[in-house]
Amino acid sequence: MMRMRNARRGATVGLAIASVALLTACGTSGGGGGGDTSGDAATELGETEGQISILAWPGYVEDGSNDPNVDWVTPFEEETGCEVTTKTFGTSDEALNLMKTGDYDVVSASGDASLRLVAGGDVAPVNTDLLENYDGIYDFLKDRDWNTVDGVNYGVPHGYGANLLMYSTDVFTAEPTSWDVVFDKSGDYAGKVTAYDSPIYIADAAMYLMAHQPDLGIENPYSLDEEQLAAAVDLLKQQRENVGEYWSDYLKEIQAFQTGDSVVGTSWQVIQNVLESEGAATAVTLPEEGATGWSDTWMISSQAKNPNCAYAWLDYIASPEANAAATAYFGEAPSSDAACDFRDDCEAYHAGDEDYASQIWYWTTPIEDCIDGRTDVQCTDYAAWTAAWQEIKG
Amino acid sequence: MTTNTRVTAPAPARPSVPRPRRTPARAASVFLSTHPRTRLALLLSAPLFWLGIVYIVALVLLLVTAFWSVDSFTGDITTEFTLDNIIEVLTGSLYQTVTVRTVGVALAVTLIDVALALPIAFFMAKVATPRMRRVLLIMVLTPLWASYLVKAYAWRSVLSQDGILEWLVAPFGGETIGYGLPATIITLSYLWLPYVILPIYAGLERVPDSLLEASSDLGGRTWPTLRHVVFPLVLPAIIAGTIFSFSLSLGDYITVNIVGGASQMLGNLVYTNVGAANNLPLASAIALIPIVIIFGYLFLVRRTGALDNL
Repeated sequence: MMRMRNARRGATVGLAIASVALLTACGTSGGGGGGDTSGDAATELGETEGQISILAWPGYVEDGSNDPNVDWVTPFEEETGCEVTTKTFGTSDEALNLMKTGDYDVVSASGDASLRLVAGGDVAPVNTDLLENYDGIYDFLKDRDWNTVDGVNYGVPHGYGANLLMYSTDVFTAEPTSWDVVFDKSGDYAGKVTAYDSPIYIADAAMYLMAHQPDLGIENPYSLDEEQLAAAVDLLKQQRENVGEYWSDYLKEIQAFQTGDSVVGTSWQVIQNVLESEGAATAVTLPEEGATGWSDTWMISSQAKNPNCAYAWLDYIASPEANAAATAYFGEAPSSDAACDFRDDCEAYHAGDEDYASQIWYWTTPIEDCIDGRTDVQCTDYAAWTAAWQEIKG
Repeated sequence: MTTNTRVTAPAPARPSVPRPRRTPARAASVFLSTHPRTRLALLLSAPLFWLGIVYIVALVLLLVTAFWSVDSFTGDITTEFTLDNIIEVLTGSLYQTVTVRTVGVALAVTLIDVALALPIAFFMAKVATPRMRRVLLIMVLTPLWASYLVKAYAWRSVLSQDGILEWLVAPFGGETIGYGLPATIITLSYLWLPYVILPIYAGLERVPDSLLEASSDLGGRTWPTLRHVVFPLVLPAIIAGTIFSFSLSLGDYITVNIVGGASQMLGNLVYTNVGAANNLPLASAIALIPIVIIFGYLFLVRRTGALDNL
């Protein structure tokens, strides 16, 4: 009797396991497949896979759904047969985190994400010989710290630009010439100042201090020792008193400027473009202190499921016509001279002007080794900046 | 089928029930009906697996993560035991400030919701006609059919500088409260109100009318009746409602992001540590705070019987 009951219990457990196995079998689809994760760049390309998943800054991958006149994705789909799905992100940290999921084939990474992606093994080396349009790209964008590591190329330059000062023309009678309207004079606009919600925004404060408190000795806003970081944090804490809201979702900033809840703050050209098309009373300017900015790189995930479509996209988006369309819409300089043939505003963005490009402080990941060349102190790394940023927001 | 063949056969006095055919399905059915434990195991193992592995184990894993750390440059998690995150969360002034702020918001939302829900629920349960009661019930439930985000964004536009509130109060010299903690409290109170009304309404419906009549027969006026008869009887239901509004407010980060201006709550710290800072261990450590608070709250109210009213 006892044995029988045990046998029966065993059968019960077996059945339970079987039903669970059935459940999990339904739950897990056949994942994996494709994607060379060995770490070497591809040497030749095969057939395109029919689809590609792109992770990009807003405004980089437009298929006409935001504005019927803005569409450079459809020609790509027709040309290569790669169906595009897009996800946008608001900060480089978000991009980094999303890339770790392995769900995306390519990403448009700014300098404050690209090196971290390489170090984390999230992106694969890119064989630029396979890209027809790579040759035309400005030389001063190639083989830079943020896209090449130890001589290995990890991506294709896309475009570059500056974080601009946006202001409401209803409130400002004259164009502000300094960032002081969001720092030392932010009290005049209390509750209506906005700022970018990311630790990298600390560099904006550091850049301002570089011009206004030279005795701090800041040489590069991404290379701050503890004292310099503390000064930037103090400045940002003062600013915090007057900040209405922080933004990282660009649609939120657009709405805040439309309703008048924000009247001054850091912004992108693309935001101004949208506001202008909707008739809002706003303008952007590049203040005298200079600006932080970005130089973006298209990178391929090390777990890419569609590597051939990924190469096709990198080549396509570097082609003069597509690059011109994408960079013009976002409001940044294109990556090649040939692209300027398809744009009439290259002058305004100083495209190809190497001196101008060198004046923008491109987003870079702060690390312990001071990148301004100092060896006598240790600089604050991104983890310290993240902690400082949370403290500033309080 | 079998009945057809029976028709031609000589009819017996009472047609016997045809013997069922032995199909595998029938055999399994017979086996299950005679083995209740097997039946129960098959029925429950899948949902219990879901609850156990996907829910509880995931939660435990999240908490274990709190004792790990993250490589700040590559963003990869190092699985070495460390108490750093817990110590930082317990001692950091940032986390204390934000915890106090979050609990304050959750308490304010709960108080407002209970104050609004009590009269509405009482009217629904004791005063309204059955027809009116149905209408009111539908009105209370209707907002739940709209998306949470739509409602939060609706409040964002109501409270904005050119929103409807500004338009309403401007003629009297007032101005909109703008975005910030008060806006967050208003929006959260609005969002969770149905969750507070429903349990209180259910609790009040169970209070027999005869008790109210008895109280009144014995000379009890409205307030003493409410205080000494109704209130003790619905207290568990009220607490059940507060569990909803309190715990939902404690974990919220979207509403405060939309209407909270520059303020942040515990949920935002978790969100930025997962999403922006990519520091899952610290986020897990922060996530422990609301879990501890809500467990403490549940422990306190356990004796009132509120948990039976959920």
